[in-house]
Amino acid sequence: MHVLRSSDDSPPTGTYGQVVAIITTQGLTKRYAERVTALADLTVEIEPGITGLVGANGAGKSTLIKTMLGLLTPTAGQLRVLGMDPTSQGEQVRARVGYMPENDCLPPDVSAAEFVTHMGRMSGLPKTAARERASETLRHVGLYEERYRQIGGYSTGMKQRVKLAQSLVHDPDLLLLDEPTNGLDPAGRDGMLDLVHRIGTEFGIAVVVCSHLLGEVEQIADGLVAIESGRLLRADRVSAMTTRTAVLTVEVDEGTDALAAALSERGLRIGRDGAALVTPVESDSTYDLVRDLIVDLDLPLHRLEERRHRVAELFNTPSAGGPTNG
Amino acid sequence: MADVANTGTIHDIGYQRYTGQRLGRGHAVRSLYVYSFRTVFGMGRSAKAKIFPFSVAGILLVIAVVAAAVKAQFKVEIPQLSYVDFPGTLSFLLVLLLAAVAPELASRDLRNKVLPLYFSRPIGRDDYVLAKLAALVTAVSLILAVPLFVMFLGGAFSGSGLSGAWGQFTDFLPGLLNAVIYAIVLSAVALLIASLSSRRTIAAGAVVAVFLVTTPISGVLQVVGTETMRQLASLFSITGILSGLRNWLFGGSAEPAIGSFGPLYAGAAVVLVALCTALLVYRYRKVAS
Repeated sequence: MHVLRSSDDSPPTGTYGQVVAIITTQGLTKRYAERVTALADLTVEIEPGITGLVGANGAGKSTLIKTMLGLLTPTAGQLRVLGMDPTSQGEQVRARVGYMPENDCLPPDVSAAEFVTHMGRMSGLPKTAARERASETLRHVGLYEERYRQIGGYSTGMKQRVKLAQSLVHDPDLLLLDEPTNGLDPAGRDGMLDLVHRIGTEFGIAVVVCSHLLGEVEQIADGLVAIESGRLLRADRVSAMTTRTAVLTVEVDEGTDALAAALSERGLRIGRDGAALVTPVESDSTYDLVRDLIVDLDLPLHRLEERRHRVAELFNTPSAGGPTNG
Repeated sequence: MADVANTGTIHDIGYQRYTGQRLGRGHAVRSLYVYSFRTVFGMGRSAKAKIFPFSVAGILLVIAVVAAAVKAQFKVEIPQLSYVDFPGTLSFLLVLLLAAVAPELASRDLRNKVLPLYFSRPIGRDDYVLAKLAALVTAVSLILAVPLFVMFLGGAFSGSGLSGAWGQFTDFLPGLLNAVIYAIVLSAVALLIASLSSRRTIAAGAVVAVFLVTTPISGVLQVVGTETMRQLASLFSITGILSGLRNWLFGGSAEPAIGSFGPLYAGAAVVLVALCTALLVYRYRKVAS
């Protein structure tokens, strides 16, 4: 249900099923003052579900979000959000998008209920609907009991939830969350990630989560877009990134060819990696099969290792230490 | 983050998509206008936020009641508290009021960094600032209009018959118009100054300072200048411009003497409002979202 594609990885075939991309960019470029390039020729498609937008601080995540909201005009390239052009249809785009900024953005001297209601009306909800939606949204983020208390008295975790609630109050089709776990303790972080996951799955709202912590986004996202210095590093489904490289490496001191032949005979796809054989792990029986064959052929086993890459490793590039470094 | 473990059960009631009406930007702007109007009076916030605006409004009202009572009882009009002179005479109270409420409208949002939440919604930057300005003008107009209306009621029903009441009415209307002009000019200046600082106290001080600093300039010119100079002197102070304009449009107190420069005062008021509004719009186009 969730497919991410970058032009670098696989050229768009145009027949990718019925799922319509929520966000598409084509050569999107944003330069500040002719010198600073925040986004460079970014071409990516983001489809419904939860998408992690990862990159180090200053990689261009916030610029991308502001461009998607129509608050920044791209220097070059095209961008479509929910089928609209944010530059010319900013008002319509912003009516259907929810945005949770990274930094503090709440007035301390009003109640959460009052503030979220106000923000609902700012998004175009009629008075009564705004009040009802505010209550309901605060309930969904777990702040029902406390909603009439002034925000100034809230903990960091509760404030983050109010920020999330205000982005959700008008029931957007797309939610842009900029570092939603910012400043939270481990328990709070898990709670927030759980909430974001629920929004993306149960609520049926497309979510783009910005984070400089890949490990965090990886837990909840269906797809990942990694950018570095405004350039696309990689975009793909999380599942594709992990399972595609779940391979078994077998190294025997002798009889490598015999083993390869025997494995092929049993229907396994065999590749060579130096002296070792590699085979994709198709099911748990793959392990048993490999073990049994080695025993049957009485080969001296040197190494048997599963290589299931973490997503973080996949993003590692020679040019930098990967986007996980904050 | 007390009970993260509990959250699962708290919001396990299911999410429902919103299928109702979505009103656009116009609705958002009107809502912001109403919300800002309420902010001026501290509504939706703690009692502390209500003290100052309601105190000033209360004082103005008491003064109006006294003036009306004096007029009804002794059949004399206090010239400084005539309909058209009322805002000018009590302009220091208005300045204090604006110093308190303009920062509530402008500085507070800057300080709390709420603007990104507004600007990521259908509402535009220009809409935001114009709605705030309109709300402030309305609030100040209302704070002035209520005492004027009380004075009118006092005057109209103090026994000089229907013609007396009509006479009061024809005096009251220019007074009302004058009050709105005061509200527009003072609000535009005060909101612009308040928008320059995210610190409420600094903004409040700056508002008072701008109004106070300009007054002595015109005062000095009044004293040392030639006849023409004296007639132009009030142009150098914001409240002076308003007094001069009031003098030209509605009469009332003969001070300040403006000679035949009435249109110049009107022009100055228009330019001042236009300039402040333009700078406000410019300011909010530049302010970081």
